[in-house]
Amino acid sequence: MSEKSADQSRLPLLEIRKLKMYFPVKGGVFMTAKAQCKAVDGVSLVIRAGETVGLVGESGCGKSTLGKCIVRLNQPTSGEILFDGADLAKLSRSEMKPHRRNIQMIFQDPADSLNSRHTVGNILEEPFIVHGIGSEAERRARVNELLRTVGLPAGAAERFPFEFSGGQRQRIGIARAIALNPRLVVCDEPVSALDVSIQSQVLNLMLDLQRELKLSYLFIAHDLAVVKHISDRIVVMYLGHVVETASAEEIYRSPRHPYTRALISAIPVPNPRKHRDRIILQGDVPSPINPPSGCPFHTRCPHVQERCRVEKPALRTVATTAGIEQQVACHFDL
Amino acid sequence: MPDPSAPLLEVRDLVTAFDTDAGQVRAVDGVSFVVHKGKTLGIVGESGCGKSVTALSINRLLPKPMGKILGGQVLFEGQDLTQLSPEQMLKVRGARIGMIFQEPMTALNPLHRIGRQLSEIFLLHKTKDPREALAMSVEMLRLVGIPSPEIRVSEYPHQLSGGMRQRVVIAIALACKPALVIADEPTTALDVTIQAQILELMKNLQREMGMSIVLITHDLGVIAEVCDEVVVMYAGRIAERGPVLEIFENPKHPYTRGLLQSIPRLDSPRKVKLNTIEGMVPGLLDLPTGCRFQNRCPHRNARCAEVQPTVESVGDHHDVACHRWRELSPLEVRS
Ligand SMILES: Nc1ncnc2c1ncn2[C@@H]1O[C@H](COP(=O)(O)OP(=O)(O)OP(=O)(O)O)[C@@H](O)[C@H]1O
Ligand SMILES: Nc1ncnc2c1ncn2[C@@H]1O[C@H](COP(=O)(O)OP(=O)(O)OP(=O)(O)O)[C@@H](O)[C@H]1O
Ligand SMILES: [Mg+2]
Ligand SMILES: [Mg+2]
Repeated sequence: MSEKSADQSRLPLLEIRKLKMYFPVKGGVFMTAKAQCKAVDGVSLVIRAGETVGLVGESGCGKSTLGKCIVRLNQPTSGEILFDGADLAKLSRSEMKPHRRNIQMIFQDPADSLNSRHTVGNILEEPFIVHGIGSEAERRARVNELLRTVGLPAGAAERFPFEFSGGQRQRIGIARAIALNPRLVVCDEPVSALDVSIQSQVLNLMLDLQRELKLSYLFIAHDLAVVKHISDRIVVMYLGHVVETASAEEIYRSPRHPYTRALISAIPVPNPRKHRDRIILQGDVPSPINPPSGCPFHTRCPHVQERCRVEKPALRTVATTAGIEQQVACHFDL
Repeated sequence: MPDPSAPLLEVRDLVTAFDTDAGQVRAVDGVSFVVHKGKTLGIVGESGCGKSVTALSINRLLPKPMGKILGGQVLFEGQDLTQLSPEQMLKVRGARIGMIFQEPMTALNPLHRIGRQLSEIFLLHKTKDPREALAMSVEMLRLVGIPSPEIRVSEYPHQLSGGMRQRVVIAIALACKPALVIADEPTTALDVTIQAQILELMKNLQREMGMSIVLITHDLGVIAEVCDEVVVMYAGRIAERGPVLEIFENPKHPYTRGLLQSIPRLDSPRKVKLNTIEGMVPGLLDLPTGCRFQNRCPHRNARCAEVQPTVESVGDHHDVACHRWRELSPLEVRS
């Protein structure tokens, strides 16, 4: 890689600063807002051009919410989302439009996101129509090309999403996301519904697309072997906060945060003879509606001290390997 | 007196089809397996190979009128479930067989609060008192690891995260402590610490109550950790089945072998090309004569294009449907 392109790839494509997304929680007889669900509570992170950032963490910790803030399916409560010189968090719907084709999202639950009244062909054609791209014949050709790219037969265009299996529907979602050659794709569990032979095809495809189109990915997933495979950097979230970030290699080699350690020890190994020692977390799973004081992880942390109950640890840099910082939000060097 | 060593569930030559505009498709075409008491059977296979349809057939939850069972038997606790009336089936489903669905949003009613959906099960099978049913619901939510369950019972599905919705579905399935749980990708939406917790919960219930589990997943790590037996399906048929050690250490079907070689592993190099099984599964409307895996198989020969392989024994309760399994060299699978 030449020096110039190396520099290029250091440039942030997207920078999130102190992002918060609070949802009102309604209750009581009059269904008035009683409390807040602090789904994302002050997250900062950077995604560079051509980089894949893996986002992992407990279910319910705010990964999808963060992703939806970036594509502005959520209107963040506060904070900044800097992309292409604009703060997306502050843009109106119409101001957001030119950015939309550059930032796409693939969803976790394909049934949620595909309109079942439209054929797959119509679903894939829609982004071209919305952005006024191509003649009808060109759009059709592009749709067929997309279907081929994600491994669906051309005949799929005439059919409806409900006629496909869960995994096949997920491929339709991927095709729709890459239709307009975006620069950043927020991938929310993109391969979770696929069997490993197709999963590996799709991951290879995503890596190819990344190289060809200089795509950046924010890759949200629970399968840590997959996340490690595709990511350059990994961000671990817990209860709306970033608790650790490091290069993909480093975070598996030497995880520092006790939650990251538990997470890595819980990875199932595809070997029936190997049963590893697990860190099984004890204690109550906290709720973002009523988050604990101090460190968000203290209710389940095996190393908890008095300080953890009162003082929230800030992210601090503990090491730098190959130019990538490892940052941990823990008071202690464990 | 039923034979205590008899399997809890025996699926024999199950054939399930859908009527579509383009004609009838056999999503499941002659599938057989047994599930023993207190044991866990894993089903793996290509997306679209008929895993969910198998589960829905056992439970008689196929979408009507398109889906129907054309043949075979589903023997469970001494009855053939395919022959039961819808009323008789209601007593089995929920109470004796719990089902965990793949896509939680389709399993939950978006218009009803979580508490109501869970209470319904208890009101149907356990108690007449709605307040007791609600209390049982809160307890069940706590058991599957949902924080603040007393608040969550009065929320709607869209207010929960994907993983929390899935835990609600799991709570509904386990509510009546059934003899058999069919879990369709139960932990795919969950992070590994919660996954470990849920699998642990299912294993505990299994130990306590002798519950059997059919676990559909494509996570071979999960299969390796919790299953006793494995069924590998391909395009509506059985490719291979056997004890978990046999499947992982002595796989015979080229598809099973391809799967094991495609897994990204934590110790493999990043961002390099993963092994894949090239090509696509044939559509159910244009299945080839002969073996359904032939277009992707590195070992195919002329016979594979003509004769559909039948399931034959490799020994040790290990069966495979491949003409060429005897000729394949042992597979080097990295551990
Ligand atoms: N309602 C339906 N109408 C027509 N075909 C259907 C219907 N439901 C399922 N099918 C077809 O039946 C086949 C089996 O689907 P099934 O959902 O069982 O796959 P699966 O093995 O569970 O896949 P996945 O891993 O993606 O969940 C698929 O080819 C699918 O297209
Ligand atoms: N529209 C909404 N209204 C109210 N609360 C919401 C909404 N969307 C998400 N939440 C809450 O925000 C929190 C974070 O949810 P989110 O879906 O971001 O989690 P996640 O990390 O993606 O989890 P998973 O891994 O299970 O998908 C949860 O407590 C959830 O209940
Ligand atoms: Mg999510
Ligand atoms: Mg399925």
